[in-house]
Amino acid sequence: MNDERWQHLFRDHANSSFSELLRRDSPHLFPGPAARPPAEAATSDPVPHGTTVLALRYRDGVIMAGDRQATTGYQVASRRIEKIFKADDLSGVGIAGAAGPAMEMAKLFQTELEHYEKVEGDNLSLDGKANKLGQMIRMNLQAAMMGLAVVPIFAGFDEKAGVGRLFKYDITGGRYEETNYDSQGSGSKDARDSLKKLWKRDMARDEALRVALEALIDAADEDVGTGGPDLVRGIYPTVKTITRSGFGEVTEEEVKRVCEAILAERTKTGNGG
Amino acid sequence: MPLPYYVSPEQMMKDKAEYARKGISRGRSIVTLEIRDGILLVAENPSTLLHKISEIYDRIAFAGVGKYNEFENLRIAGIRHADIKGYSYSRGDVTAKALANAYSQALGNIFTQDIKPFEVEVLVAEVAEGNGSRNEIYHILYDGTIEDERNYAAMGGQADEIRRFLKDHFREALPLDEALQVGVRALTVTQNKTLNERDLEVAVLDRTKERRKFRRIPPEALSQLLGTQR
Repeated sequence: MNDERWQHLFRDHANSSFSELLRRDSPHLFPGPAARPPAEAATSDPVPHGTTVLALRYRDGVIMAGDRQATTGYQVASRRIEKIFKADDLSGVGIAGAAGPAMEMAKLFQTELEHYEKVEGDNLSLDGKANKLGQMIRMNLQAAMMGLAVVPIFAGFDEKAGVGRLFKYDITGGRYEETNYDSQGSGSKDARDSLKKLWKRDMARDEALRVALEALIDAADEDVGTGGPDLVRGIYPTVKTITRSGFGEVTEEEVKRVCEAILAERTKTGNGG
Repeated sequence: MPLPYYVSPEQMMKDKAEYARKGISRGRSIVTLEIRDGILLVAENPSTLLHKISEIYDRIAFAGVGKYNEFENLRIAGIRHADIKGYSYSRGDVTAKALANAYSQALGNIFTQDIKPFEVEVLVAEVAEGNGSRNEIYHILYDGTIEDERNYAAMGGQADEIRRFLKDHFREALPLDEALQVGVRALTVTQNKTLNERDLEVAVLDRTKERRKFRRIPPEALSQLLGTQR
C-alpha cells in the first residue's frame, strides 16, 4: 500500500503557518539571509535603528509605549516612525533594533497570526504566539551578526489566565518572560531604571500611562538616540493598551496632556534636572 | 493489454456534471444578500464547529456548499492566495475578482482533468469601501463556470427555488435583522420546518467595521435578531 498519499497530511503540522507557506511557495519574499546585504555593507553604512520601547503590566492588562525616533549613527533618520504594532486583537509587538528588518518581522508576524486564526478558526495561545516570534528572531540571527539585530518586546493579554503578560527576547530568539515591566533598545537601561522606581503592583490605567511616559522621557533625556516629546512639531510617543477587551490606542491628545503635565512638573520642582 | 473503453467527450462531461450536481443537491443551501451595511451570508448548518462560511481577507468572505473536505481545501487555498498577495503588495490589492478567477480556473481544471469532479459550489463576496464602488459577489460552479451576482445569490440543493423566492422578496438596503429574516425564510422555502438559531450559521461583511469586515453572528445575538418579528 502506498501510504504516502495521505500520511503526509498528518506530518504537515505547519499547515496553518504563514511563514512556512511563504518559505515553501515564495522564498524570494521571505526575509532571510539571501535578501540581506553582505556584511561589509551592513557595517560600513549604518541603517536606521529604532531606539526605545517598553511594556509594563497594570491592573487591566499591559501598556506598551515607544518613542518616535529612528537613529542612524549620530543622525536622526526619522522623527515619526511607529514602533508599537498591533499583532492581533490581544497582543502587540514593540520593535527595537534595525528598523527595516524589524518592521518586516512585525508585518510577517501579524500575517502569521491572522493566517492561523483564519485557517484554524481559532486563536493561538499567548505562549504559542510568543514562541513563534522567538523562532522568527532566531531566523534573523545571521543578519543580527552583521549588525542588523532585531530585538522586540512582545506583550499580550492571556485569555486563559486572565492577565497581561510580557516577553523579551535576545538576538538568538531566546525568550524570557518578565513579570512586571521591561524595556528594549538603546535607551532601555534608562527607561528600566525609571520603571524600577515608579512601577507598582495593580496600577490603574492613568497611573500606568504616566509611569510609561515618565520612563520614556527619562530615556530620551539620557540616551542620544531616543526622541522625547517634540512640542514644536507636535510629535508624541505612541502608547497602546492591551486588555481583555482588546488592543486599544491611547489618543495623541491624551499622551500630549500627560507629557505636558510631566514636563511642567519637572520644570517646577527641578526633578530630573 | 485490453483496449480502454471509448467514451465520447460529450458523454464524459455530461456524466461528470450529473455526478457533481447530484452531490451538491444533497447538501443544504446558503443564501447571500446585499444589505444596508454590507453583505449578509446565511447558511443552514447545524454544526457550530465545521464552518461553511468564513473570512478570507479584510473585505472578502467565502462560502461553500457540497462536500466539506473539498470546499475546505478551496477555502484554505483562498486564504493562502490572499495572505501572500497582501503581504507582497498591500492589503488593498487583494481583490475578490482575482480570487474568484483562481477558483474558477482550479475547478475548471479539476473538472476536465480529474476522474472525479469536485462536488462543490463556492461563493466569494467582497464588501465595497463605500466611496461609490459596489459590492461584488461571485458564484463559481463545480465546472469552473463563474457568474457575478447582484443583490442576492443562492447555492446548494434548493438554489433555484430559493432564487425565485428572493426575486420576489428581496429589497435593497435592508437593515440586518430584516434581511436575516428574509434569508432564513428563503432557506426554508422548500421545507416544511422553521429554522432556529441552532440550525444556522450567519456572518456579515460589515462595512462599518475597522479593517477586517468579517463578523460572525453568535447564536445568542442571532435569536435576538430573529425574535424581533416573531
